[in-house]
Amino acid sequence: MGSITLKQVAKRFGDTEVIPPLDLSIEDGEFVVFVGPSGCGKSTLLRLIAGLEDVSDGVIEIDGKNATDLPPAKRGLAMVFQSYALYPHMSVRKNIAFPLKMAGMDQAAIDAKVNGAAATLNLGDYIDRRPGQLSGGQRQRVAIGRAIVREPSAFLFDEPLSNLDAALRGNMRLEISELHQTLATTMVYVTHDQVEAMTMADKIVVLRAGHIEQVGSPLDLYREPANLFVAGFIGSPAMNIIAGPAAEAYGAPTIGVRPEHMELSHDEGTWRGVVGVSEHLGSDTFLRVDVEGVGTLTARAGGEFPARHGDTVGLTPDPERMHRFDANGLRIAG
Amino acid sequence: MSTTHSRTAGKAMISPAVILLFLWMIVPLAMTLYFSFQFYNLLDPVKSFAGFANYEYFLTDPAFFEALGNTLIIVIGVLCITVIGGTLLALLLDQPMFGQGIVRLLFIAPFFVMPTVSALVWKNMFMNPTNGLFAFLSKLVGSTPIDWLGHHPLASIVMIVSWQWLPFATLILLTAMQSLDSEQIEAAEMDGASALSRFFHIIVPHLARAGTVVILIQTIFLLSIFAEILVTTAGGPGYASTNIPYLVYMQSLLQFDVGGGSAGGIVAVILANIVAIFLMRLVGKNLDL
Repeated sequence: MGSITLKQVAKRFGDTEVIPPLDLSIEDGEFVVFVGPSGCGKSTLLRLIAGLEDVSDGVIEIDGKNATDLPPAKRGLAMVFQSYALYPHMSVRKNIAFPLKMAGMDQAAIDAKVNGAAATLNLGDYIDRRPGQLSGGQRQRVAIGRAIVREPSAFLFDEPLSNLDAALRGNMRLEISELHQTLATTMVYVTHDQVEAMTMADKIVVLRAGHIEQVGSPLDLYREPANLFVAGFIGSPAMNIIAGPAAEAYGAPTIGVRPEHMELSHDEGTWRGVVGVSEHLGSDTFLRVDVEGVGTLTARAGGEFPARHGDTVGLTPDPERMHRFDANGLRIAG
Repeated sequence: MSTTHSRTAGKAMISPAVILLFLWMIVPLAMTLYFSFQFYNLLDPVKSFAGFANYEYFLTDPAFFEALGNTLIIVIGVLCITVIGGTLLALLLDQPMFGQGIVRLLFIAPFFVMPTVSALVWKNMFMNPTNGLFAFLSKLVGSTPIDWLGHHPLASIVMIVSWQWLPFATLILLTAMQSLDSEQIEAAEMDGASALSRFFHIIVPHLARAGTVVILIQTIFLLSIFAEILVTTAGGPGYASTNIPYLVYMQSLLQFDVGGGSAGGIVAVILANIVAIFLMRLVGKNLDL
């Protein structure tokens, strides 16, 4: 139940190839996140799986059966949209009941399922209100409720949290992760936010211009990014990419050092530079350091590290946790 | 702009416009009301007080009830045709197709044709029992041509007026349809709704507000249909296609009875208000007023 396989799936709009042929397999029960900058084709890929767009080439298999030409409703998938796409003229109850009503289920069974979903998602207080009277987070929950009552073999999420404020986004992120633990259903989640990808995913698919750059668990991607793009995209703050003589000293045309993998001191260091901006977050301090001949580097220090604009500090990278890339931007193993 | 002083100044500034508009409305109404209580015939120079005689005469005239019925048939008939037809046409025009801009322009064109002109075109080029297009089509299949304006005068009027107002309904409903979030349709598609249930459960409720606007605006204009009747059937045969405005016209300008016509005018105003209240109760809740 709930495995999805893409074989040489491609999508073209006219002459523009949005997604060149790609292969991907999503295992049953996995939480897969498609992540990439805007316009990278991640939403299109999700819509291809959902059946809202026709594939130009290739085969989509759901549960081992060819679903390439099946209409969306027959694929057994449920989708949560970025705009939530609730039906504004129906109450929350009717919104959630809509897919069941369309499936021709009898009223008693519908009521039981809607009440079940309402209990799972704590919708009880506003079950008879209209979407227009709800806050963003409540609408999000209703949209998820509408998806779970269908008991789909997989959930598709299209940037579901991008319209919420930061605090609520953090909460909903947890709730969706918990929902995944409870239901143990396959979830495919599209986002441009690498924090969401890192925190929620079992498996991250990094996309750029329709190409899959790398597939792996969050920590795999963090520890061994396959190329410069993934290296720069995964991790917050972003990895420092250094080219030129400073990199050649470590035996590669380009090296990458994460802010958290550099030793900071006031007296000495491989690279010495002047602090531009220091961000004190309490638990951490992020310093933007201008190093002559290397560039501007971001470094992470402990929360109590005393540094102000204009101070000179020394940075020492940890060669063990340094990433080396060749002239084509691909990772050099070892 | 919210101090007492500025608000007083604001009221003083807009008062000329408001007073002008008020006079514009109240003077003709007051004069009509005054005339409706007078024996006032243009052929007879002597005016005298009539009491309710004009009203009694107008309301007990058998033609009044026929005209009232005809008015309602025209309003309801045209509303049904334009709202249902307009929704279907809007659905059609909303589809991506070749030459969309031109096709939309063609659909809207009838609205820009003057009522007298379009009624004459229908009368002479389509409905004429010897030379009309419909007659030609009837003969083509070997049946007897129908004398539309002679035998089905009211239906013909409804047809002509519908043709004129269909573009208006289509245009308003089309813009409403285009404002529907495509993700809602996609969500319904994912939820397993067929094309028909998507139409009835998602599109129709979305169109409710625009549809209300169409119904309210059209009702105002359809209650006072006049030119189309004047140039096609002249209210006949008998009173078969006479509506209230046309009856008022006949009373005051064909029979020169200004008093009776004014009484009819006041009756028409009262009827229009009854219809308006009824409509606002029925569909006005969609407007969130």
